[in-house]
Amino acid sequence: MKHTIAVLVENEFGVLSRVVGLFSGRGFNIDSLTVAPTNDEALSRITLVTRGDEQIIEQITKQLNKLIDVIKVIDFEAENAIEREMVLVKVAAEDQSRAEVLRIADIFRAKVIDVTPKSYTLEATGTPAKVGAMIELLRPLGLKELVSTGPVVIGRGAKGWKG
Amino acid sequence: MKLNGARILLECLKREGVDTIFGYPGGTVINLYDELFSFKEIRHILPRHEQAGVHAADGYARATGKVGVAIATSGPGATNTITGIATAYMDSIPMVIITGQVPTALIGNDAFQEADIIGITRPCTKHNFLVKDVKDLATIMKKAFYIARTGRPGPVVVDLPKDVQIAQTEFKYPETVEIRGYKPTVEGHPKQIEKAVAAIMQAKKPVIYVGGGVILGNASAELVALAKRLGIPVTTTLMGLGSFPENDSLSLGLLGMHGTYYANMAVSNCDMLIAIGARFDDRVTGKIASFAPHAKIVHVDVDPTSIKKNVRVDLPIVGDVRDVLVKMLKIVDEIGPDAEGCRQALASWTAEIDGWKEKHPMAYKQATSTIKPQYVIQRLRALSDPDAIVATDVGQHQMWTAQFFGFTAPRTLLSSGGLGTMGFGLPAAMGAQAGFPDRQVMVICGDGGFQMNMQELATIVQNRLNVKIVILNNNFLGMVRQWQELFFDKRYSSTCMELPIDFIKLAEAFGATGLQATKVDEVDEVIKKGFSIKGPVLMEFKVAREEKVLPMVPAGASLTEMVLAS
Ligand SMILES: Cc1ncc(C[n+]2csc(CCOP(=O)(O)OP(=O)(O)O)c2C)c(N)n1
Ligand SMILES: [Mg+2]
Repeated sequence: MKHTIAVLVENEFGVLSRVVGLFSGRGFNIDSLTVAPTNDEALSRITLVTRGDEQIIEQITKQLNKLIDVIKVIDFEAENAIEREMVLVKVAAEDQSRAEVLRIADIFRAKVIDVTPKSYTLEATGTPAKVGAMIELLRPLGLKELVSTGPVVIGRGAKGWKG
Repeated sequence: MKLNGARILLECLKREGVDTIFGYPGGTVINLYDELFSFKEIRHILPRHEQAGVHAADGYARATGKVGVAIATSGPGATNTITGIATAYMDSIPMVIITGQVPTALIGNDAFQEADIIGITRPCTKHNFLVKDVKDLATIMKKAFYIARTGRPGPVVVDLPKDVQIAQTEFKYPETVEIRGYKPTVEGHPKQIEKAVAAIMQAKKPVIYVGGGVILGNASAELVALAKRLGIPVTTTLMGLGSFPENDSLSLGLLGMHGTYYANMAVSNCDMLIAIGARFDDRVTGKIASFAPHAKIVHVDVDPTSIKKNVRVDLPIVGDVRDVLVKMLKIVDEIGPDAEGCRQALASWTAEIDGWKEKHPMAYKQATSTIKPQYVIQRLRALSDPDAIVATDVGQHQMWTAQFFGFTAPRTLLSSGGLGTMGFGLPAAMGAQAGFPDRQVMVICGDGGFQMNMQELATIVQNRLNVKIVILNNNFLGMVRQWQELFFDKRYSSTCMELPIDFIKLAEAFGATGLQATKVDEVDEVIKKGFSIKGPVLMEFKVAREEKVLPMVPAGASLTEMVLAS
């Protein structure tokens, strides 16, 4: 099972390597990982996507919590969270496929951010499922390059999540 | 008044109650050593290798319960500490290791004797710190000691660049420490404890399985009280030996790979397993799928990651083991029958266990002339002080010590359980002796492991550390040889030491006394003489060369599939 886990950490030198080292040292998977400072400058927030059965996910959250620099760990449940990722994708677009790329972009509300006679570069945000669906439609047209932020996640409702 | 970083470090150590440290100088700690030169409140012991320095601080910590402190210079000094740190980490020993580092301006430049010790030690420390500004030093030291000793203890590295040792600032040691990401759970959940006690009282075949956490958590007295109150038999891991007196009728001794027949049978047949401060290591469980197959499992541990890591647990309790045991005992007194009633209720279970004890007691075949290693262990127990501290190295002699010494008090066995580090024993004994100058301290080692840190004879003699060194000499890397005998057709690939060493001369070369026994009737004489001489003595026992450690559960087999002594 895929899990999106948010980790609030001290915004300090070396913290990311503690988190990543934990995953590699214990053989846990990381599908994606993003990290950036939060509204509180002293804190950074890591969002990572991992896979495993219930027991492995429990170990992952416990092991993360055990790191001294980790302040909070939340394994988000889909129904209580909003998940978004952004992709930048360069698609081959010549003659007959040029219109098709734009049509797909339009359907997914992606923006064209760069154009050449041979390609379009699109920017799209959305749930991982939506972005994934767009990529699959673009793939047969010829993906030249794909870069993704990986998902970030935030809880639903009025309450903010702090340290 | 302003002090330099080196002096601040020493002032911090003093305020943490540190009286003894083990360290080795070098370029990036020369300023620290200069301050140490006139700082008389702390005893500094110079080992002959940084690995041994860390093992010594570790032995000191295991024996005294205090935080062990070691110092090394940057680069090679720091990398030499790694085995020591990893050993302490695996056994959850509270330590602070201070390493010198190149000046902050040079970090990352491949400077002379630079090593990224923060990066290297990240996976084998509880936490580590690089001190970049002398103003942070006191707070970091306070945090380092706090982290090392609280929760599940462990080693903490403080990397101290040379310029930070020289820079000056006002010194003030913080009174309190606040780390928002670190709040070890100390109190067990009351409802969980209640539920656990209720389940334990219902059990017809309960066993208590104790690990090193009970010793680290200073909870032996509470364990003994609870076990006796309920009349429940107790088995321990290697790390748990000493937490429950082995001469008590409820003791089942060691469990696991080289555990007793009756401990492994009891665990395999119990309907309730109460794990306290233990982590279900593979050397303990054997094949996980058939471990305690009929049992409900209660697991008490201060570290939540230990729980449900490799076995299912029915009733987890996260908390300080002593706190939980005290609360359990209180509930038992409130709701349970009296001790006699409890004993009665388990009468048929204890009878079943007594049957196993009778069928296969711990035993070995005595020989007419050759010295059996197990015999030496038994005689060491008989002829030493009741509160003697025993360090071991790693190998067959370690397992025989665990099986035949009969430990009755916590912190009297110092052994590398988790990492299984050869070379640990001698320096660990040295550290324990420094912590308890008036107690008998011995190390039981093999001829192989002794040679991994034998340079420490110099430290021992120089510092007049009264350590008794027992070598069970089989002229083999015995434990590996045993595996080769059993599982590799006696193909003794590189396990025969071949070169016979004159250990007596070796001891004498360092200024220690050397004694030797080659026949069984010389054993007592050598031990008595060794213990009566004041000062370091090396006692070599030439033992039966191909003796095996039995019982043995082959790696990956179930606990019931024991190879027994014939
Ligand atoms: C540093 C290290 N290297 C290798 C081993 C693997 N090992 C475990 S026991 C053992 C043999 C130890 O021989 P010795 O010290 O003579 O003790 P004995 O088993 O003969 O009692 C070896 C090589 C180890 N545990 N530690
Ligand atoms: Mg040997």
